[in-house]
Amino acid sequence: MKSPYREPFHINGFLFGKGEKSVAIVGAMRGDEIQQQFVCSQIVRLLCDFEQKGLLRKDFQILVIPSVNHFSMNINKRFWPMDNTDINRMFPGYNEGETTQRIASAVFEAIKDYRYGIQLASYHFPGEFVPHVRIIKTFNDITDDAQKFGLPYVYLKTPEPFDTVMLNYNWQVWNSAAYSIYAGTTDTIDKKDAHLTWNAVMRFLSQIGIITKDYHGGYLSRMLNDADFQTVMAERAGFFYKLKTAGAEVRQGELIAKILDTFNGSVLSEIHSPSDGVIFFAHSKALIMQYTAAFQVIGW
Amino acid sequence: MTTTVFSASLPIEEQLIIQKQVITGHRSGKRLCVVTGTHGDELEGQYVCYLLTDFLQRNADKISGTVDVYPALNPLGIDTITRGMPGFDLDMNRIFPGKKLSSLSDEVAYAIIEDIKTADFAIDIHASNIFLRELPQARINVNTAETLLPYAAMLNVDLIWVHPAATVLESTLAHSLNSLGVKTIVVETGVGMRITPEYGQRLFFGILNLMKNIGMYEGEISAQITEPTIVSGDGVAFVNAGASGIFLPTKTYGENVKKGEEIGQIVSPLEGKILSVVTAPEGGKIMTIRAYPVVYFGSLIARIIIG
Repeated sequence: MKSPYREPFHINGFLFGKGEKSVAIVGAMRGDEIQQQFVCSQIVRLLCDFEQKGLLRKDFQILVIPSVNHFSMNINKRFWPMDNTDINRMFPGYNEGETTQRIASAVFEAIKDYRYGIQLASYHFPGEFVPHVRIIKTFNDITDDAQKFGLPYVYLKTPEPFDTVMLNYNWQVWNSAAYSIYAGTTDTIDKKDAHLTWNAVMRFLSQIGIITKDYHGGYLSRMLNDADFQTVMAERAGFFYKLKTAGAEVRQGELIAKILDTFNGSVLSEIHSPSDGVIFFAHSKALIMQYTAAFQVIGW
Repeated sequence: MTTTVFSASLPIEEQLIIQKQVITGHRSGKRLCVVTGTHGDELEGQYVCYLLTDFLQRNADKISGTVDVYPALNPLGIDTITRGMPGFDLDMNRIFPGKKLSSLSDEVAYAIIEDIKTADFAIDIHASNIFLRELPQARINVNTAETLLPYAAMLNVDLIWVHPAATVLESTLAHSLNSLGVKTIVVETGVGMRITPEYGQRLFFGILNLMKNIGMYEGEISAQITEPTIVSGDGVAFVNAGASGIFLPTKTYGENVKKGEEIGQIVSPLEGKILSVVTAPEGGKIMTIRAYPVVYFGSLIARIIIG
């Protein structure tokens, strides 16, 4: 697509193998999904290497699209730079509609016939997650294959109205087994979580037989549903003085953060873990507003 | 009487406060809520709220029931020229009905619904965004058309657009309120970041007309009320940009066009040439026209009421 004054906008894909359309992988769809693009670039690097060494089945096709929205990423914006719309709220897209509907349509046309769909996703709250697989609950039961990523958790999420215009949901409507992978952070690169995530994708490809060498094992994933989460809200606003990060094991009543007065530094509020368990999500900004979700904890 | 609907502390000293003006009539009666400012860049409703609050406060003796005016559901957005909810990158009109103990945005949505849910009627005023100019119009989901059409027709708008239902729209304020039994009509008018006084005045009289018809106002209305055209989803033709460049309109909204007639051109100032001539795919009246000149391939240029 041409732009008034910028270079033409292209979406590039990397194809590996021929034959059955097996796995489509989509990286950054928003301009701040740096971690997602980084993970995807590492997957491309590894697949190129494996292909050269003859470790990829040639009769299965993999498509990797590392970046859907570099027009935004290049100028440090999250959404489409012209009208601030979110490409991941436009699926399945419309090829005669507005610009981001057309982008979504073009991407979806390229990826909709693959048996498996993997999206490296982010969430609209500023925060960090434990790396996990997320499935939007539809009529398809695809939870068994989700275990093949070997990530610590698989979260089966009940869809909300906005999910119906997102990639994951629409992929499933088109009968792909669709998995959203949360790689910990969004706008910064966390090497440890990134490594865990790209290994999970490569493990999945090995488990379904596309990579012909055995890939080292991962976690026996724990299944999570909406009811497994306890959200801990900020009762006050101020500096968010975090004592525990995503992935930390905590005990019931343990102090996990303080909220400090932004003028005199005094403690306005203490945040304690509501149960024994693991911090699944943690707010990641230095400041916090009242009633913001500070943590999500999953109990043992 | 000014009342606080919701408040929350921001990190440094300040409070996020959503307020409303409550105007109580001299007799008991129905409750009408007029809300606007969900999108911080849509300001047309500001003028309507001003006119309404000023008039009703001076004429409370002619009012039965209560009118609640909410001029800024997204006060941080309006004060900072931000369409969404600052800090969350969220379209606030996709988070209703909200819930407790989830996030600040959900708490805000929940508090708004709790405050309005006992009303009989609600008018949710939107401008267009900064890219488009719209004729004054009411928008109604086809599932609520039978109930809402008679009331929407009282609002002094040019048209009522009855659009198809979509799951994603279930998270709007209007859908949530209609589900709770509050007859809620969405009005779109004018353009983002600007006020069109003529349209604001028309809507002000339209709301008074609605109040008169439902027994909430017993005074005179010093304006002729427009009878709207009713348009269904397939009665509107969309015109999208066929090239990226600068759009120069040759028609404006409210004008009639014939099929194939030129609406404008997309040009390249660098090359000094026309990239695309934009023509009407159907004949009819232009209800929407592009206001922001820079367009990408696919940008919405116009909507036409067919016929």
